[in-house]
Amino acid sequence: MKIDIILAGVGGQGILSIATIVGSAAIKRGMYMKQAEVHGMSQRGGDVQSHFRLSDTEIASDLIPMGKADMIISVEPMESLRYLPWLKKDGWLITNDQPFINIPNYPDLGALKAELGKIENCVAINADQIAKDLGSARSSNMVILGAASPYLQLPYEEIENAVRENFARKGDDVVNVNIACLKAGRELAEKK
Amino acid sequence: MSKVLFLGDEAVAQAALDAGLSGVYAYPGTPSTEITEFIQNSKQGKEGNVHSIWAGNEKTAMESAIGMSYAGKRAMVCMKHVGLNVAADPFMNSSITGANGGLVVVVADDPSMHSSQDEQDSRYYAKFALIPCFEPSNQQEAYDITYYAFEMSERLRTPVLIRLTTRLSHSRAGVERKAVRPQNELNVEKDPKQFILLPANARRHYRKLLEKQPEFEKDSLNAGFNRYIDGEDKSMGVIASGIAYNYLMENFPGGKCPYPVLKISQYPLPTDLVARIVDECGKVLVAEEGYPFIEEQLRGVLNRTGNIMGRLSGELPRDGELNPNLVAKALGMPDTYGSPVPEIVVPRPPALCVGCPHIDSYNALNAAMEKYGKGKVFSDIGCYTLGALPPYNAIYTTVDMGASITMAKGAADAGMSPCVAVIGDSTFTHSGMTSLLDAIYENTPITVLILDNSTTGMTGGQDSHALGVLGEICKGLGVKEEHIHRINPLKNHHEENVAIIEKELEYQGVSVIIPTRECIQTLSRRMKKQQAAKKN
Repeated sequence: MKIDIILAGVGGQGILSIATIVGSAAIKRGMYMKQAEVHGMSQRGGDVQSHFRLSDTEIASDLIPMGKADMIISVEPMESLRYLPWLKKDGWLITNDQPFINIPNYPDLGALKAELGKIENCVAINADQIAKDLGSARSSNMVILGAASPYLQLPYEEIENAVRENFARKGDDVVNVNIACLKAGRELAEKK
Repeated sequence: MSKVLFLGDEAVAQAALDAGLSGVYAYPGTPSTEITEFIQNSKQGKEGNVHSIWAGNEKTAMESAIGMSYAGKRAMVCMKHVGLNVAADPFMNSSITGANGGLVVVVADDPSMHSSQDEQDSRYYAKFALIPCFEPSNQQEAYDITYYAFEMSERLRTPVLIRLTTRLSHSRAGVERKAVRPQNELNVEKDPKQFILLPANARRHYRKLLEKQPEFEKDSLNAGFNRYIDGEDKSMGVIASGIAYNYLMENFPGGKCPYPVLKISQYPLPTDLVARIVDECGKVLVAEEGYPFIEEQLRGVLNRTGNIMGRLSGELPRDGELNPNLVAKALGMPDTYGSPVPEIVVPRPPALCVGCPHIDSYNALNAAMEKYGKGKVFSDIGCYTLGALPPYNAIYTTVDMGASITMAKGAADAGMSPCVAVIGDSTFTHSGMTSLLDAIYENTPITVLILDNSTTGMTGGQDSHALGVLGEICKGLGVKEEHIHRINPLKNHHEENVAIIEKELEYQGVSVIIPTRECIQTLSRRMKKQQAAKKN
């Protein structure tokens, strides 16, 4: 098994915690992992991405070749489109459809959703609203992870356990709300 | 032993600790910062009392490390590539003194300039200093090489340079550790002349360094980090150094490259292996991250044979970092591509954070400068460099650490008026104090804004050496007390801040204005910590 994922978002939106959780689940299975992150200047509200690779066999490159990513997981709609050159033909794009607007020329949201509509395998959900309804607006990244989980080729229980471990030191309430967000995202993706 | 997930930077840090490190010296700089931070946060480092407090700049860091090596203990210096320019004086001369305790210099280059002003290649510095250089290709090798480099440094009594690049520094993978070695005992250099670089001694030491060159090359051949991997198709050979090796192998699933491959991770180049691949293959592709360092040595200025390909011949781009696709194209393999980025997608450049004190400082400065026109504000390296972008468009230069003050001075010497410098608190103590002294010495009419956010912001909020004492430093250097002002960069202080700046712009001498308010990032982190402490 081998899976290559581009994680996308804006600096400060927490895409790296998605990588940490999936990574720890994969490492427990004895898989190889490589994850290239962006640190430094871009973290100040700029576009950020992470190349995240899992495999049963050794991985050569830290960067995913263009046209070979199995999936784009994004916490922001415009950012999800920035990495289309990496997505393979039958790859999946999973994204939050709620924009993060910190630039004056952010595109029209309707036109943006129309672009997302053109992508064959696309799951675009309002993760912000779901997370808010469940009582933790900050956990929209877990909704997105849940929506991506059916395509990850990892048992759902193992991802859930990794979420539990990741938030354990913050107490049961935080753990439970994040797992609720994960579940809600998964259920929504399965319906689509 | 089971594997641990490490960034390339963290693998270097863990290896240094396991190899018996006694001190790390560094100034923060992307992509090298995480090495020192890992040691600062490590239990092993704390228990071993390993020195890890940030240095004032890369030069002071390098000198402290040479001192620790003199005392017989293992020392590491870490910096970004341009930091080595600052440390170049002690670095170059450390090759003449040689090392006593293991002395390892880790330099993280930033090809494609993700967070830098150039993409200089530190392998040239190692060659310039005539010392061994390593270039790990992955996180495990970063660990193994660092562990080995300390032993080699002591065995051959030489400083050793390890060159990282952004993608390795900031990429995570599983790493297997080695046994922990105890730190060295104090063992001061026994040769009383070893570290006295008087000309007579230096000439002798330099000849010794030259005599060591064959030993360095022999080590390159035998240490195991350079490997010749034979292939059946001799129509081409590939020399791949550092992380470029991974981009090469990515194109051959299962790791079977049909061409002979010479993997390079240690310099000086192993001549025998280079000769073998050039002799056996019709042509040779050189894939290296950074400048065409190996390629240029192989082809020479005349390029008589014309069979060496790479960045100079155009098979690979001359600038920027490599990736698997670029290497595939150079190999003549089909390129892969998803679909183009829709036109609707616009760039999202980094910006100053909401609530950042620099915003208010720039608003006040722009108001005060309005009547003087554009082009009169010189700036420096830090978050506030983003003041060059809209909506501020407030600064016109950023060259190197500390240059704002001295460039303003030079422009003032040329007759420009007024001349303003904008520099951060940490950049000021890194390299701005001597610049200010030059201006004070001549009473040059410049106005210096030292933006004091009480931290080194751009690299993630490391302690600033000038915390709370900036005014005293300026006074001590000789700025007249009535021309030193602390102002509060907040919206409701805007009018008075503009008035103070306007008044000092008219003063025909050195004035320093210090807008003082904590970085919004470190402030919110501190608040969260306090709240958590209250709860417990």
